[in-house]
Amino acid sequence: MAQDKKIRVLAAKPGLDGHDRGIKVVASALMDAGMEVIYTGLRQTPAQIVEAAIQEGVDVIAMSILSGAHDYLFPKVMELLKEKGVQDVLVLGGGIIPDEDIPALKDAGIAEIFGPGTTTGEIIQFIKENVDL
Amino acid sequence: MGESRDDKALREAVERWSEGLKEKLKKRPERKESFINTSGIAINRLYTPLDQKGADYLSEVGLPGEYPFTRGVQPTMYRGRYWTMRQYAGFATAEESNRRYRFLLEQGQTGLSVAFDLPTQIGFDSDDEMAIGEVGKVGVAIDSLKDMETLFAEIPLDKVSTSMTINAPAAVLLAMYIAVAEKQGVEPARLRGTIQNDILKEYSSRGTYIFPPRPSMRIITDIFSYCAQKVPQWNTISISGYHIREAGSTAVQEVAFTLANGIAYVQAAVDAGLDVDTFGPRLSFFFNAHLDFFEEVAKYRAARRLWAELMKERFNAKNPRSMMIRFHTQTAGCTLTAQQPQNNIVRVAFQALSAVLGGTQSLHTNSMDEALCLPSEQAVQIALRTQQLIAYETGVTDTVDPLAGSYYVESLTREIYDRAKAYIEKIDDMGGAVAAIEQGFVQREIQESAYRYQREIEKEERIVVGLNRFQVQEEKPANLLRVDPAVRESQIRKLKALKSERDNDKVKNTLEALRRSAEGSENLLPPILDAVKAYATLGEICNVLRGVFGEYRQVDSLGR
Repeated sequence: MAQDKKIRVLAAKPGLDGHDRGIKVVASALMDAGMEVIYTGLRQTPAQIVEAAIQEGVDVIAMSILSGAHDYLFPKVMELLKEKGVQDVLVLGGGIIPDEDIPALKDAGIAEIFGPGTTTGEIIQFIKENVDL
Repeated sequence: MGESRDDKALREAVERWSEGLKEKLKKRPERKESFINTSGIAINRLYTPLDQKGADYLSEVGLPGEYPFTRGVQPTMYRGRYWTMRQYAGFATAEESNRRYRFLLEQGQTGLSVAFDLPTQIGFDSDDEMAIGEVGKVGVAIDSLKDMETLFAEIPLDKVSTSMTINAPAAVLLAMYIAVAEKQGVEPARLRGTIQNDILKEYSSRGTYIFPPRPSMRIITDIFSYCAQKVPQWNTISISGYHIREAGSTAVQEVAFTLANGIAYVQAAVDAGLDVDTFGPRLSFFFNAHLDFFEEVAKYRAARRLWAELMKERFNAKNPRSMMIRFHTQTAGCTLTAQQPQNNIVRVAFQALSAVLGGTQSLHTNSMDEALCLPSEQAVQIALRTQQLIAYETGVTDTVDPLAGSYYVESLTREIYDRAKAYIEKIDDMGGAVAAIEQGFVQREIQESAYRYQREIEKEERIVVGLNRFQVQEEKPANLLRVDPAVRESQIRKLKALKSERDNDKVKNTLEALRRSAEGSENLLPPILDAVKAYATLGEICNVLRGVFGEYRQVDSLGR
């Protein structure tokens, strides 16, 4: 039943940023917490991420950007998800995201932004409390 | 055989001392059961001359400026000249970056270090679809020789040394630099500087690759060969452990994977018919300065010895300069906290001191606000002042390699040397660094270390001041430095103007000549230089090479 279903997460690196230490650490921690994680690898366009999310039927998309391109790429992913009619996926962002950018990203539909110093425990808890299985 | 009278007396004294401690430790135990550094090396309570037993001073440590260079690559080190103080910087546009470089030179900085934006690093012009959202964000956008002319306007290229953090398209940016110099009337032979040009760590740690490993290695050996003849003072590669460490490796892994990559480059060049002593002296290295002070000092010393031995014994180098690790150091960006960012000033100072005590040739000190945004001018100034304080005020520069002879530092140096050497042997058995990266071995090793480190922080086995202890409630800083989103539009306008002004037939012909060279085996530098001078764009040049060489797709997954 519902509690037996494993949470499926797409860990994604949108844009050209090569910093993948954070996303891989988070991915490992989510796996250790019993979730299934699919990692896209680097250099994904928003269209590729949305495509992968649909094909894999994930419950969560966790994206990481440290290059400053979040202001374009995160909302673009949300826009494409809406276009494809995907509404039940929990979308999270992480990386170096200035506080003043967060309200606009949340308005675009990103559920939460996790900055430097966040523990993997906080992310796991947030997903468990907010995912719509 | 047997031990000397002094050794015996010392051994007995240490045994008596340890025995006497047992009772005290029962009442008052130490802070931890065991003390282990990031590389997994157990740290003893006490080091004495007994720990140096069996070590041969002359062959393992030696004298500065002499093989195996453990104590430094120059005989007088900082008594002769300080390290080059070189802050990595690059902003959105060539105009703005040019202003920052001139500011830094006026502040007493002695070398330039250019940060390029990601589209430039991956060979896309600013008008490419892949570049949307990234133009000018982490460095300067360079689309053509025009931008490069602006970047170095009024900076005499015969007077400064310039380091460029550019890898996959390094040949193109180097060609642009040569072309700008020629316009200033400066001969290529007088140019001093460095291109990073280290593609192997891009596959394993940093991510700005374009082409697959094999053609990438060819471009690199073409650069070695071209520069040996035409740009002899140029450092043709900066073999980088920095990003391997930032990606999460330990200190031992940083040394091991960096030198394993170095071996692959030297082997590729030797296989291409180059004499090791023609390019060996121009190889440079780039290391990280992380938190564990003595581990870092020992790391630099161990790396120098190991590389010297590899070059001499494996590659039969004859010129001592081929055996020297000359290296740049940057303090560890991954250790900066967004919490209480002013603490980062102090972190950076300790890290910088370890690099100086480790004998670095140049240094970048991070700015306190880099966990939040691009550094502000004030933060950069404090970072540079930190280096100047170490150089001019602390006195640590008055003698060569001052920590040599410390029982602890010498033991650690030997331990790191041994462990890195064992890793390199393992990588040799896998078929070398390229194979180890293709098999995902290096990536997995780094990733496991990164995850372990994070778990240690979360379990509070590792204390990060201001993050998991000594926290305060604080206001998040406002007015962070931001990149104007109009940069992309202005770059696109410049590109349009360029394409209407330049001689497009000439561009076409030079690109066609480049394609033919890429399909053949001749050196790629001359045709790239011709295309650059005809104002072909970076994207156009890289696309020709993509057409011939193909593109690399990341193989590694999560390694589980």
